[in-house]
Amino acid sequence: MGPANAASPGSPGSPGSLLDVRDLTVVFRQRGRADVRAVDGVSFSVSPGETVGLVGESGCGKSVTSLAIMGLLPKRGVHVTGGVAFDGTDLLALPPDKLRALRGRELAVVFQDPMTSLNPVVPIGTQVTEVLTRHRGLGNGEARREAADLLRRVGIPDPSRRLREYPHQLSGGMRQRALIAAALACRPRLLIADEPTTALDVTIQAQILELLRTLVAESGTALVLITHDLGVVAGMCDTVHVMYAGRIVERAPRYDLFASPRHPYTGGLLASVPRLDQPRGVRLEPIKGSPRDTIPWARGCAFAPRCPNRVEACTPDAPDLEGGRHALRCVNPLPSDSPEAKVVHP
Amino acid sequence: MSASTGPSRPDPPERGATSGSPESDPLRGSPEAGQGNGPAPSGEPLLSVRGLKVHFPVRRGVLLQRVAGHVRAVDGVDLDVARGMTYGLVGESGCGKSTLGKAVLRLVEPTAGTVLFNGADLGGQSPERMRRLRRHMQMVFQDPLASLDPRQSVESVLTEPLRAHGFTGDRSRRVRELLDLVGLPSGAAGRYPHEFSGGQRQRIGIARAIALNPELIIADEPVSALDVSIQAQIVNLLEDLQEQLGLTYVVVAHDLAVVRHVSDVIGVMYLGALVEEAPSDALYAQPLHPYTIALMSAIPIPDPEVEERRRRILLVGDLPSPVDVPPGCRFHTRCPFRRPTRCADEVPALRETRPGRKVACHWAEEIAAGAVRAAAGAHDPAATEVGTPSS
Repeated sequence: MGPANAASPGSPGSPGSLLDVRDLTVVFRQRGRADVRAVDGVSFSVSPGETVGLVGESGCGKSVTSLAIMGLLPKRGVHVTGGVAFDGTDLLALPPDKLRALRGRELAVVFQDPMTSLNPVVPIGTQVTEVLTRHRGLGNGEARREAADLLRRVGIPDPSRRLREYPHQLSGGMRQRALIAAALACRPRLLIADEPTTALDVTIQAQILELLRTLVAESGTALVLITHDLGVVAGMCDTVHVMYAGRIVERAPRYDLFASPRHPYTGGLLASVPRLDQPRGVRLEPIKGSPRDTIPWARGCAFAPRCPNRVEACTPDAPDLEGGRHALRCVNPLPSDSPEAKVVHP
Repeated sequence: MSASTGPSRPDPPERGATSGSPESDPLRGSPEAGQGNGPAPSGEPLLSVRGLKVHFPVRRGVLLQRVAGHVRAVDGVDLDVARGMTYGLVGESGCGKSTLGKAVLRLVEPTAGTVLFNGADLGGQSPERMRRLRRHMQMVFQDPLASLDPRQSVESVLTEPLRAHGFTGDRSRRVRELLDLVGLPSGAAGRYPHEFSGGQRQRIGIARAIALNPELIIADEPVSALDVSIQAQIVNLLEDLQEQLGLTYVVVAHDLAVVRHVSDVIGVMYLGALVEEAPSDALYAQPLHPYTIALMSAIPIPDPEVEERRRRILLVGDLPSPVDVPPGCRFHTRCPFRRPTRCADEVPALRETRPGRKVACHWAEEIAAGAVRAAAGAHDPAATEVGTPSS
């Protein structure tokens, strides 16, 4: 990971990509209610050794995207269309048993809340070794040794004791590390980390992010990092996709995105978070309204009701995502040298 | 509520209701007030905490419930909060910052120590007097949905404190006034908490807190449950209200960037104790305590260029249990600057190293001067090994 990868735009269909998501759409259908398009035509790709970020606030569809890729959405009432190609195999078309064989072995996912992802009545050790016996066919003793080794590598002290413990006996940071250990057990080629550090304290977050960085750099794992935290994105991702109301509204290599955010939503997000390195007394500039104040994309840009740059052309036709390296879904973007992009260092 | 406390404060509506009776408010210098202090001179801190401890007993056994130890949630904290200022309390989960906030208001009973509010000792107050005093000190909670009764309309939420404290004025006018102050339409009065978004609910929680014109507001993680784009709205609202109403804040939060933005003075807590206290600009410019140094280096900054250049000091391991606080310096088990002498056996006092700056570290000066450095492998040793599985 690093600046060298910044040249890879992460746009769909780029050569050598491991995961290719095309036009992914997830519609939730409930009788008597209007359909909810949680994910609406999302496309992106990830290459080995690359970290791609999906950023957005709650309800923007970033987590549903990850569940759809992993085939973890319920079948009833959920309509998934588009394509998810993993190393040339369309995951959406794969029969459940084939997908199960792939999941945990080639692709793995780490969710935000380790307490709900781990089974509370099964010892940590069993949950980690399960992956090893199932996918790598290791014997019990061998799997046990390997599991202890994995826990040690993710920074859990005294791993053989921890293997016998239950999830509630571990701290939050340790549970998350155990979960990462289980995800890494089969050395997956693709890891989806969905808010992996949101429930953790910053010092533990720093440990986990370092772990993920090393994993990408040394094993060439392709990482999809889903987060709401722009700071985490700035330090981790080669390419960043900003999502709003189910669609990608801006996509850029991280240096471009942070140096010159073009979509008013991206600019608004950056202007509304206080920065540790910014002089005090700078008043924050919130985005007005709340993520609830959106209009369906069918009636124009979903961000228009909150947008400071709103013009006539924002409705009724929603703009397309246009551009190469730095792609944008906006008819009246921020100037490329906008003041929001200028960062004041003390 | 003397006239000097808030020059720009709108006429406190409850004044007419209570000013007649001397015993109604111990802070007015009535004989019963705390230690018998008169109204504090305005130069005195509004809030003064000394040696505050909150220990929770850990019980073992089924029948006898033997006390097997104590969770030392707050373990001897001294701090002063000046009038009209914002004191930020930061630290990670389990450091005792929320318990400290609650102990100040006696929402949890302190085990030891004193809390002086306006010169009056809150420890000596009867429950009824404490109830009346709480009018002057209010709390804003993290999760606005959990702290609002789902079956209570906004009007009812906001009139309850007015009723409880004998407000005799026009209640519905006051409710409209409050809604206006926190930026909600007056039509909100008849609606219920679930009809609002998270940010709006937090506005309701803030309106409830300021309903009685308090002097002190303790805000416990006021923005951490909110979406990023909404956090800034609430931060700005808190700043505006402080200016308009002359409020004094104690903001308890884990997000150092937010705390630094709103606070004049910041106290950094670790395992129940303050390890550093400094004006917020100075703290960022040069953190003195190793824990503060590590904490700040761990906070991601939304700027890739800054992120690339930064030197991260990764702490090893987890927070020790507050039941078994390490001897000596409570941070020494994780400290990257740990020395072979003093750290493990001598408790460092929170001492003033220069005016306005306090730090509880034996080696703060040496660390600041670069004479004592972080251990060479001051990053997680395990992290470098991962991803290259053996076997």
